[in-house]
Amino acid sequence: MLSEAKHLRIAAILVVALCALLVPYVLQAVGAGYYVSTAGKIVVFAIAATSLNLVLGYGGMVSFGHAAFFGLGAYATGVLISEGVTNAGVHLLATAAVTALAALLIGAISLRTRGVYFIMITLAFGQMLFYLANSIKGYGGDEGLSIRARSVLGFGLDLKDAPTFYYVALAVLAATLLGLRAFVGSAFGRAIVATRDDDVRAEALGFPTYRYRLILFVAAGAIAGVAGALSVNQQGYVSPSLLHWTQSGTLMVMVILGGVASLWGGVLGAAVLVLLQETLSAYTTHWEFWTGWVLLAVVLFARHGLAGWLAKIGRRVR
Amino acid sequence: MSVLALEQALNGLQFGLMLFLLAAGLTLVFGVMDMINLAHGSLYMVGAFIGAWIVGLTGSFVIGIVGAVIGTALFGMALESTLLRSLYARDHLSQVLATFALILILNDGTRMVFGNDLPLSAPDALAGPVELLPGLSYPAYRLVIIGAGLALAALLYVLVAKTRMGALVRAGASNREMATAMGVDIKRLFTIVFGIGAGLCAVAGVLMGPLLAVQVGMGENILILAFVVIVIGGIGSIRGALVGSLLVGLVDTFGRTVMQSMFREFFPPQVASAAGPAVASVAIYVFMAAVLAIRPQGLFPARG
Repeated sequence: MLSEAKHLRIAAILVVALCALLVPYVLQAVGAGYYVSTAGKIVVFAIAATSLNLVLGYGGMVSFGHAAFFGLGAYATGVLISEGVTNAGVHLLATAAVTALAALLIGAISLRTRGVYFIMITLAFGQMLFYLANSIKGYGGDEGLSIRARSVLGFGLDLKDAPTFYYVALAVLAATLLGLRAFVGSAFGRAIVATRDDDVRAEALGFPTYRYRLILFVAAGAIAGVAGALSVNQQGYVSPSLLHWTQSGTLMVMVILGGVASLWGGVLGAAVLVLLQETLSAYTTHWEFWTGWVLLAVVLFARHGLAGWLAKIGRRVR
Repeated sequence: MSVLALEQALNGLQFGLMLFLLAAGLTLVFGVMDMINLAHGSLYMVGAFIGAWIVGLTGSFVIGIVGAVIGTALFGMALESTLLRSLYARDHLSQVLATFALILILNDGTRMVFGNDLPLSAPDALAGPVELLPGLSYPAYRLVIIGAGLALAALLYVLVAKTRMGALVRAGASNREMATAMGVDIKRLFTIVFGIGAGLCAVAGVLMGPLLAVQVGMGENILILAFVVIVIGGIGSIRGALVGSLLVGLVDTFGRTVMQSMFREFFPPQVASAAGPAVASVAIYVFMAAVLAIRPQGLFPARG
C-alpha cells in the first residue's frame, strides 16, 4: 500500500512538473502570450514564499521582515547591473553573500527574542532596511532604480524574453524545492522541527538550537535574496516598496494561504494569490477588496491552508 | 539652538501624544487578548475619513471629531463582535492573515465610499502661530493637538487607574484566565475596550489629518510605529504605551533634526545629505532594538 501511495505521489509530481514546463507553450498557443510574464511572477514569488515557509513553517520563527531580504537581493543585483557588472554568476554570488550577511546580523540579534517580540523585532529590522533603501539617493532613493541590462547567463539566454525568464526562474524554484525536501528529511531538518515543537527539550537533548535556527534563518534570507535578484531581472526595476512591511505581509499571506510547513505551501499560496489578483483586477479596480474577503474565508474555513484542504480532499478520495 | 530644541521638543511631544492615542488601544488588544491586530491602523484611517467627510458637510471641526469618534467606535465594536472575537483563540499567524485581509478590505472599502483622499484643513481660528516665548512662535493648531492629547491621556489614566472598569482591564492584562475565573465577563468588557480604542484612533486620525493627509493607506506606517511603541513600553501596559509614545516621538523628531545637523558638522556635505535622513528614519528602530536587548519585556511589563 505504502509503495502505491509513493508511486501516486511521484506521478503527481511529474504531472505538475510537466504542466509547469508546458505553461509558456500553452499560453502562446491560445494567444495569451502576455501571461507568460505573470507565470514568471508567480514562480519568483513561489521561491520567496517557500524560503519564508522554511523559517516560519519548519523553524516556527514568525519572521515579519522577510521582504527585506527579497528587496535587498533585488537591490544587490540591480546596483551591480547599473554599475556595469552583468555576469549572472557574479550576481548570484554577490546577492547570496549580501543577503546571507544581512540575515546573519538580523538573525543573531532577533533570535535572542521569542514569540511576539521576535515578530516585532524582525518587523523593525525590515522597516530599517526599507528606510535605508529610500534614502540611498545614488541608486534612485524613494523613486527606485531602473536598469536597462539584465543578468547575462551565457548560452544565448536572454532574460528579457519572458519564456526564457520563466524557465530560468522555474529551474531555481525546482532547486529550492529539492533542497527543501532534502532538508526536511535530513537530521538537521528533524532537529529544527524538534526545536520548533519544544525548544527546551531539544536543548536538553543537546542540540545547539540557537545556532541551528540562525543557520536556517540565514539560508532562507539568501534564498529570498536570489528570488529578489530574479525579480529585478523580470521587472527591470527595483523600488524600496519591495522592502515595505506590507510586502512581508504579502509573503506571509502566501505561506499561510498555501500551507504552513508544507513542501508545496509557498508555491500554492503564491500561485493562488497572484492569480487571484490578476483575475480580479481584470474585472474590477477594487480587486483588493475581494482578495481580502477570499483571504478571510480561508482563515475562517481552511485552517491549515490550501495544502491542508487539498490533502483532506485527497484522503477522502482515497 | 535652545529655541530650536524647544520647538523640536514640542513637535516630538505632539507626535508622541498622537501615537499614544493609537498605541493605547493596540496595547490592550495585544496584552489582554494576545491578539495581533494589523487593522488597528485602518481604524485610524476610517476615523480620519469620517471626520473629514463630516467637516466637509457641516464646516465644523468639532462636530467632525465627535462624529468620527462615535462612528469609528461603533464600527470598531461591530468589527470586534463579528470577526475579531473569533480570532482571539487562534494562533498569531491566523490573526496576521485575517487582519491583513481586513486592511485590504478596509482600504478598498474606504476608497469605494469616500474616494482615494479627502481634503481636511485646520480650523481657520487656529491657522496662525502663537508666540510662546520671545523668539519662539509655534502653530496654534499643534498646541491644540498637544492639549487634546494631554487631556485624553489624563482621562485614560483616570479611567484605567481609578474606575472599576479600569481595574477589570488591568486584571485582564496581567492574567486573563484568572480574571475570567473571578467572574469578569472579559468578552463584553473587551467589546467596550475595543470601541474606546477605535474612538481614540479616530481622534488621532482627524487631528493628524490637516498635518499629514487624509488618504487611503495612511494607517500603514503609523501602525508599525504604534507597534514599536508598545513593544518598547511593554505589551498590555497603558503607562508603558504613554512613555513609549513620548520616547518614540522625541527620538523620531530629534533624529530628523539634531542628528542631521550633527552629521553636517562631522561629515562632508554629500555624505551628510545622503546619510542624514537614513539615520534619522532608522533611529527609532535602533532605539527599539536597544531597549529589547536590555529589557526584553519592555519598560513596563504588564504581566506579573
